[in-house]
Amino acid sequence: MHSESVVNDFVVKFANVNGSGSASANHLFAKAVFRSGVPVSPRNIFPSNIQGLPTWYEVRVSEKGYTGRRGGADIVVAMNAQTFFDDVNEVESGGYLIYDSTKPTDVGVLRDDVTFLGIPLMDICLHEFGNITQRHLFKNIVYVGALCALLNMELGIFKNLIKEQFKGKEKLVKPNEKALDIGFQYAHDQLGGPIDFRVERRDLLSNKILMEGNDALGLGAVYGGATVVGWYPITPSTSVVEAFSKYADQFRVDEGTGEQLFSIVQAEDELSAIGMAIGANWSGARAFTATSGPGISLMSEFLGLAYFAEIPLVLFNIQRGGPSTGLPTRTQQSDVVSCAFASHGDTKQILLFPSSPTECFEFSAQSFDLADRLQTPVIVLSDLDLGMNDWCCDELQWDDSREFDRGKVLDAAGLDAVENWGRYRDVDSDGICYRTYPGAHSSKGAYFTRGTSHDSDARYTESGAAYVENVERLLRKYETSKKYIPKPIIDYTEGKKTSYGIIYYGSTEPALRESLDELLEGDLPLNALRIRSFPLHAEVYEFIEQHKTIFVVEQNRDAQMRQLIISQQNVDMSKLVPILHFDGTPITERFISNAIKDYLDPKVMPFSLGQGKRAI
Amino acid sequence: MSYMKKPQFRHPHIVENDIGFTRRDYEGGMSTLCAGCGHDSISSAIMQAVFELSIEPHRIVKLSGIGCSSKTPTYFLGKSHGFNSVHGRMPSIATGANLANKDLFYLGVSGDGDSASIGLGQFAHVIRRRLNMLYIIENNGAYGLTKGQSSATADVGSRSKKGETNIYNPIDVVSLAIDMGATFVARSFSGDKEQLVPLIKAGLMHPGFAFIDCLSPCVTFNDHVGSTKSYDFIREHNRAVNKTDFIPMKNEITANYPEGATEVIRSHDGSELRLQKLESEYNPVNRAAALDQVVRARQSGTVLTGLFYVDTEANDLHSVLNTSSKPLNQLNKNQLCPESDKLKSINESLR
Repeated sequence: MHSESVVNDFVVKFANVNGSGSASANHLFAKAVFRSGVPVSPRNIFPSNIQGLPTWYEVRVSEKGYTGRRGGADIVVAMNAQTFFDDVNEVESGGYLIYDSTKPTDVGVLRDDVTFLGIPLMDICLHEFGNITQRHLFKNIVYVGALCALLNMELGIFKNLIKEQFKGKEKLVKPNEKALDIGFQYAHDQLGGPIDFRVERRDLLSNKILMEGNDALGLGAVYGGATVVGWYPITPSTSVVEAFSKYADQFRVDEGTGEQLFSIVQAEDELSAIGMAIGANWSGARAFTATSGPGISLMSEFLGLAYFAEIPLVLFNIQRGGPSTGLPTRTQQSDVVSCAFASHGDTKQILLFPSSPTECFEFSAQSFDLADRLQTPVIVLSDLDLGMNDWCCDELQWDDSREFDRGKVLDAAGLDAVENWGRYRDVDSDGICYRTYPGAHSSKGAYFTRGTSHDSDARYTESGAAYVENVERLLRKYETSKKYIPKPIIDYTEGKKTSYGIIYYGSTEPALRESLDELLEGDLPLNALRIRSFPLHAEVYEFIEQHKTIFVVEQNRDAQMRQLIISQQNVDMSKLVPILHFDGTPITERFISNAIKDYLDPKVMPFSLGQGKRAI
Repeated sequence: MSYMKKPQFRHPHIVENDIGFTRRDYEGGMSTLCAGCGHDSISSAIMQAVFELSIEPHRIVKLSGIGCSSKTPTYFLGKSHGFNSVHGRMPSIATGANLANKDLFYLGVSGDGDSASIGLGQFAHVIRRRLNMLYIIENNGAYGLTKGQSSATADVGSRSKKGETNIYNPIDVVSLAIDMGATFVARSFSGDKEQLVPLIKAGLMHPGFAFIDCLSPCVTFNDHVGSTKSYDFIREHNRAVNKTDFIPMKNEITANYPEGATEVIRSHDGSELRLQKLESEYNPVNRAAALDQVVRARQSGTVLTGLFYVDTEANDLHSVLNTSSKPLNQLNKNQLCPESDKLKSINESLR
């Protein structure tokens, strides 16, 4: 047992049955922590199922602002009989387990280093609520009320959240408040009130919000001016389009006529979804599609067409786990190589790697400018962890003076002003040519877009020389893209010299920042570089040059970013040590720190490349 | 004759249409298809139809997939934007392009391999979505570019040039289109320009999804005895249900039709479709009857042609989605991008 209470630094894990209404109750708890001014990171670990399979919801409370997944749990709310024994084992020594004690069980014998707190949830709800649905759903709210008392939180915060949640459905406020009160009172009277873990009010979140990455991508697409969306439902990308739809309904309906200044079409498959986005971009509307996992494979042919015919396109890939159907509701960064070179033939795509919902919003809006400027697909690689969980992140900002960059487009006046226009003529020597939209001019600017080899005037050709000239120009354009895409962010440890560096990207950010602090505390300073886009900037290679050893931290088996680094420029491969996490759960500080410490510990040998997930 | 350049000669008395364009303004590059290919006749019919409709060439968007038929948009309407996409996926490209700009005419040209095999899904779904376009399948029952394999529209028992007999059931794209909800469905024959040109005109002006299955014999791989897609077979078995004439709204109707035998179908915009009935019992505004006729003809081995079905109340995807009357690709930042104070209130809702 703790001698004194642990304040604002612990993990609560809820173990529930999928489809039992627990997610919104658990979210209520996480949001209440946020409203207490304390950094919080909820993570929904859910199955590919609608009802019945086990699901978990982890809430990390961290005053220091560490919002990566920590691993382990100090308090487990065990509401699922199927996983009960595993959940008991999950509790860290000195922790608590909350369970439904309606049926007498002797759980105390299972662990003597854990405090078991029983609440007769079923019994309480049976007596307090008449309606069968309410009896089930309010069990969740009752345990949230109990947690409020046990963690010494303010009940008023929870009640305000309930009022906001059911605005317009006031009938539901009272029974929810009642369930909260019952749980609170029970924990207070029967369980002895606050335990050793406490939430204390702070004011650490004045400029922060709690947002899902997919929500931010959808909103960014509204700000970025997208008007056409073709999509096909697939987890975990579906909520990107749902978010776009929600915000477009809010901001893109003409007040006078009720007409929609956008269009969303649910396609018959991913091929059609990306085809629609390509057709619309070709015709001068900003358009995107979103997909995951198998969707990327299905879209590959069209990605090659858009690359070769030079059509702007924005594709949000919310990565999930594994080859084939793999781990559809788990997280990985395992589409890096397949997206970088998506499609047959010599193809290279532009990739962006956001690492927070804030950056999802920015990159989403920016991706439409990049696609138009570079006349090529821009693939934004997020993942399930970032996309479908609420992240505590910087609030969103927008500069009203910002204009859309539509790139090199000739309208009627533009066509009249130039002589000898040709669709693929590199007149500016940057690899980017001037395009026209269909119908732009009554007699000029028409051309035939094709995926077959073409000359600089878009005419079909099988000439080897014309082909080589064309694809070499595409390489020039790819080089030009580095001027526009987000540069890496480099953090040198202050005041300490080190020969060790870390390269990472995407949703690894919070766990990695925490790991840097942890290693620094153990007198192991590391410099860090976060890759934000592909093709890679010169800064990445300079950073590698500056260090003796570079740890490349990724959430995939095959060290895919390391492969990209090696493939783009001459580099000493032996310097690049892969740290790979790929079991489908979000990477943790413990995992990264332990892997690096083990590598540097002469007693732990050997550390082979591609070693993969190591015991935490 | 693909190695020849088109002559630049211009006839001094060349005819102009209502908007001052000549037929030359609707031409494209030299065809690289085989001499006598049915597809070239269809290209020619398309040029004639658009010329007669007096549509400015730049207001047409040509789209295709992959195959002999999909190459043809290079050979007509050279002043129109064109998009030769990937195999079987033209409908999705057309959907996106049309969503971006509703003010243009969309003409999709596909083949039986492109639409009935690899692209059957996209073909069916673009019909469901009521995209405002004219979709022509240049149907020859064979794969030309890969040298004569049977396609999914080849009839059972039809022999390929190599002598192989097709054993699989054919997909009838016409009955499929009627069933999927197309609002204009016709079948024609590349060798019957008189029938085809008015159908193309009516199809282009139709305010919803218009489909023409155009039988178009492959002279190299599927024009022999034993094939049911040869010129001879189609001519011998062709039975037209009606003869169409399309009268655009602005034209004063002067044509003289015999009373009783002509049905006049009026569109919202005042255009008229005049159908000269060749079979008295046939009624092209009844979807079930159209399907029935088409299926019966198929069973009897008749190649039924003509306008089978037209819905005078047709609407399109834009009306279903209630999209802006101004094309989406012409909206500017002020119309599309919410201001930063909106973002402030979103931030507040996320705390």
